[in-house]
Parts: sequence; C-alpha cells; structure tokens
Amino acid sequence: MIPAAFDYVRAESAEQAISLIGQYGDDAKFLAGGHSLLPLMKLRLAQPTVLVDIGRLADLSYIRDAGDHIAIGALTRHMDVETSSVLAEHVPLLANAASNVGDPQVRHRGTIGGSIAHSDPASDLPATTLALGATYVAQGPNGTREIAAKDFFLGFLTTALAADELLTEIRVPKITGAGWSFQKFNRRAQDWAIVGVAAWRLNGASGVGLVNMGSTPILAASVSAALASGAGVAEAAELAAAESEPQSDLNASPEYRVHLAKVLVRRALEEASK
Amino acid sequence: MCQPLGGTTIRRGSLIMQITVIVNGAVHTSEVEPRTLLVHYVRETLGLTGTNIGCDTSSCGACSLHLNGEAVKSCTILAVQADGQDITTIEGMAAADGTMHPMQQAFMENHALQCGYCTPGMVMAASSLLKENPDPTEREVRLGLEGNLCRCTGYHNIVQAVLAAATNGANR
Ligand SMILES: Cc1cc2nc3c(=O)[nH]c(=O)nc-3n(C[C@H](O)[C@H](O)[C@H](O)COP(=O)(O)OP(=O)(O)OC[C@H]3O[C@@H](n4cnc5c(N)ncnc54)[C@H](O)[C@@H]3O)c2cc1C
Ligand code: FES
Ligand code: FES
Repeated sequence: MIPAAFDYVRAESAEQAISLIGQYGDDAKFLAGGHSLLPLMKLRLAQPTVLVDIGRLADLSYIRDAGDHIAIGALTRHMDVETSSVLAEHVPLLANAASNVGDPQVRHRGTIGGSIAHSDPASDLPATTLALGATYVAQGPNGTREIAAKDFFLGFLTTALAADELLTEIRVPKITGAGWSFQKFNRRAQDWAIVGVAAWRLNGASGVGLVNMGSTPILAASVSAALASGAGVAEAAELAAAESEPQSDLNASPEYRVHLAKVLVRRALEEASK
Repeated sequence: MCQPLGGTTIRRGSLIMQITVIVNGAVHTSEVEPRTLLVHYVRETLGLTGTNIGCDTSSCGACSLHLNGEAVKSCTILAVQADGQDITTIEGMAAADGTMHPMQQAFMENHALQCGYCTPGMVMAASSLLKENPDPTEREVRLGLEGNLCRCTGYHNIVQAVLAAATNGANR
C-alpha cells in the first residue's frame, strides 16, 4: 500500500513549521513520528497534499523538571517517556502508560505530541494526560497559548488546536508519591485497548481517565467526586461510565464496555489505594 | 540534505527528492518520490530484499530494520524521513568475513525459525531489544518482541534463542 502523492518539506524550526503549514493551507499536515498519519495515508483515508516534517525538531524533544510540573516536549518519543527517570520519580503513571503503547518499534517512532494532537479515543496517552490534569502548549503564528486537557478534546479526532497551531509542550503536574494504576484490556499482545483506565490518588485527590469509552478520551469526574466525598473504591467504581458514551465495534458492545470500565476502574483504584 | 531536484512544482506531489542514507555502512544517494516507503526503497532501489513485507499495515514486524541503531517498522516510515540517517538491515548483521551476528547464530542453534519469513524482522527486533535491555527475563523478551508475528514456530524457540544470545554476547 502506497500513499497518494504529496509534497514533503522538512522544517528546521517550530516557527518555520508553522509558517509552512500556514502557507500550504488546509491540505497540509504536520508529520511527527508518522505512526498514526502514515497508516491512514497508506489506506488513503487521509490524503494530505503536503507534509511538513517536524520529526527533526530536536529542541522539542525533552523531559524537564519544571518545579510543580514536568514539561515534556511534543516531539518526545514514547520510548523516551517510558524510560525517563524524571517521570519514574514524579509521574510514573505516564511512563507506564507510554510503555503500553503498541510495541517497541512503534515506541521508537511515535511521539507524545502526535498521540495527543491525533486524539484517538483508543490511544493511551490522551486519556492518561487528561487524568493527570495536564496542560498543553500550542504555538501558532501569533504566539503561544495554554489549553487545559479537559478543554482540548472536542470530538472524534478533533481538538482545540487550529490547523496552523503546533503542539509544543505537555505540562504534567507532579504527583510524587501518589498511588497509581494503568489498566489496559485487550485480547492480543500489541493491540489497542478495548477499554483502558489511567488512575491516581494522592492525599484525597484523584484523577481517572478512560480509554476508548466514547468519541474522545473521557475524564471520569464522577468517580473522583465520589472518592472525595468519602465513597469506597467499589462504590466509586460503579460510577465509572457516568461520563461515557461508548461505541460498538468488532471487539465490544457498548454494554460490555460499560461493564469493563467499572471492573477496570475498581481494579485501578484498588491498586492506586495500596 | 533533502532537496527538491530543480524546476517548479507542476502539481502537488510531483516533486522528486534526493536523499542520502548510510545503509550497512555504505553511503547511498538516491532520488525518491516523497511517498516512497523505506521498505520499498531498501528492497527495490537498493536491492536488499532480506527485509520482508508481511502485513504492510504496521502490525507484523517482518519489515523491521535498524534506524540509528533502533528497531523500527520500515513499512511505516518514508524514505525521505530516513535522509541523512544510519540504517542497518539483516544483510548488515554478519561480519565482513561472513561470521554470523551472535543473534543470527543463536537463532540457528536454537532452531528459532521454520519458514523463515519473520526471521529477518525477528533478528533485528531482538538485537535492538538486547541493546536496550542486555539481560532480559523471558517475559521481557516476549514483551520486547510484541511487534513481531511468527506464524510457524509458536515463539518458544525464538524466545530461547534471544535468551541464549543475551548470554553469548549479542547484547554488546
Ligand atoms: C502498530 C501500531 C500500534 C499502535 N498501538 C498504539 C497503542 O496501543 N496505544 C496508543 O496510544 N497508540 C498506539 N499507536 C499510535 C502511536 O502511539 C502513534 O505514534 C501516535 O498516536 C501518533 O504519534 P506520531 O508522532 O506518530 O504522530 P503522526 O502520525 O506523525 O501525527 C498524527 C497526527 O497528529 C498531527 N501532529 C503530530 N504532531 C503534532 C504536533 N506537535 N502539533 C500538531 N499536530 C501534530 C499530525 O499532523 C497528524 O494529523 C500505534 C501505532 C501503530 C502503527
Ligand atoms: S510489513 Fe511492516 S509491520 Fe508488517
Ligand atoms: S518462521 Fe515462519 S513466520 Fe516465523
């Protein structure tokens, strides 16, 4: 399978990437790791006429301790998130979620920014950063702005990013010492989650994100609210799907997904409460 | 670097690009369409047909090769993305005198292949794994080869081969 023809330009800086995208207009797309975009192009489900390759923007690949949060460059690969000692200490939930993405070959190429910008509800990192209360930094022709994860995912593969905005950084609040759990339910190795759960608890606060439980990644706010008002794990987990509108596909009916979400949220909270 | 070759664009997608890559230690400069997949470039332009195409949908790992020393699926990378980079294919694993790489040797000794179709990709993924994790447990080997499918062996001997290779110096 070969993609439809397109032109290719390699950006040397974030500013250049943004101006190139602006110049080529609607049919142009950023290319990061290419592990969501190229499969779609090979199936001709996407046919951009220009690719602006941001894969060499090395200054957007970093994981830094920034005081109250960890700052992660958008071009940081899944493998680097998985093995980061900074994340192991302050946000091990995110490193573990990254280790659950696809397989090592995929993790050598795919980037955290590409995963979040693509915003597939079945992806692991959008729901995990949502559960963590992350902030995303977007750079456009008129400067940068910060977008809270909870305001970012607008619909199926649709985000608050404008076409000429580049996601540059993901800011994840530190949850040093928190209990956490990442649950991924699938039938075969390497598969995407049929349902996934990212959860953490720290000093009465908590966050629970759901993978593949609707057209966007879902924040299970009712679960956190119940825990905050003193509910036990089993009781709170019953509310797992309150915010969800799961779809039907080859793997699961909506009813089965709701069942899975409750079971997996309970397991996740039990693990996070140890 | 990647340069459009002269002229003005007639229509989007008609540009041919020039790339330079190092493959198994040799420098190659070639003209490619931007949509050329790395696996097609390696097989058809360079004639290195040891890298196989299995699924063509990023799932099976048969097309695995090393990009800057790390295993990647070459059916999911554009040749232009590899411009200026270092590539090793299965043909580059043996030493110049024909001595097999310890991972290849371990596959042979442990009968880790039957039809052999998955084998180049398995060897490339397994040798990349040992660079990152020189002394893996059996479970870590299985997880590390998650992206490679084998329809023949049932994986058992492949896992044994990788564990044997780890103790025989393939992790260097
Ligand atoms: C076999 C296979 C298995 C996989 N399994 C999983 C899995 O289990 N879980 C999972 O979560 N993911 C999985 N993935 C997807 C993988 O995580 C992708 O790498 C990721 O979703 C996209 O990142 P990328 O860097 O490859 O983005 P690309 O494919 O390059 O880009 C994706 C989209 O985002 C846009 N984009 C990219 N970067 C930016 C940016 N910085 N700013 C603005 N827009 C941008 C692009 O224009 C494009 O539209 C799998 C992929 C494959 C091929
Ligand atoms: S041919 Fe590339 S993963 Fe199957
Ligand atoms: S040996 Fe036949 S596919 Fe692996």
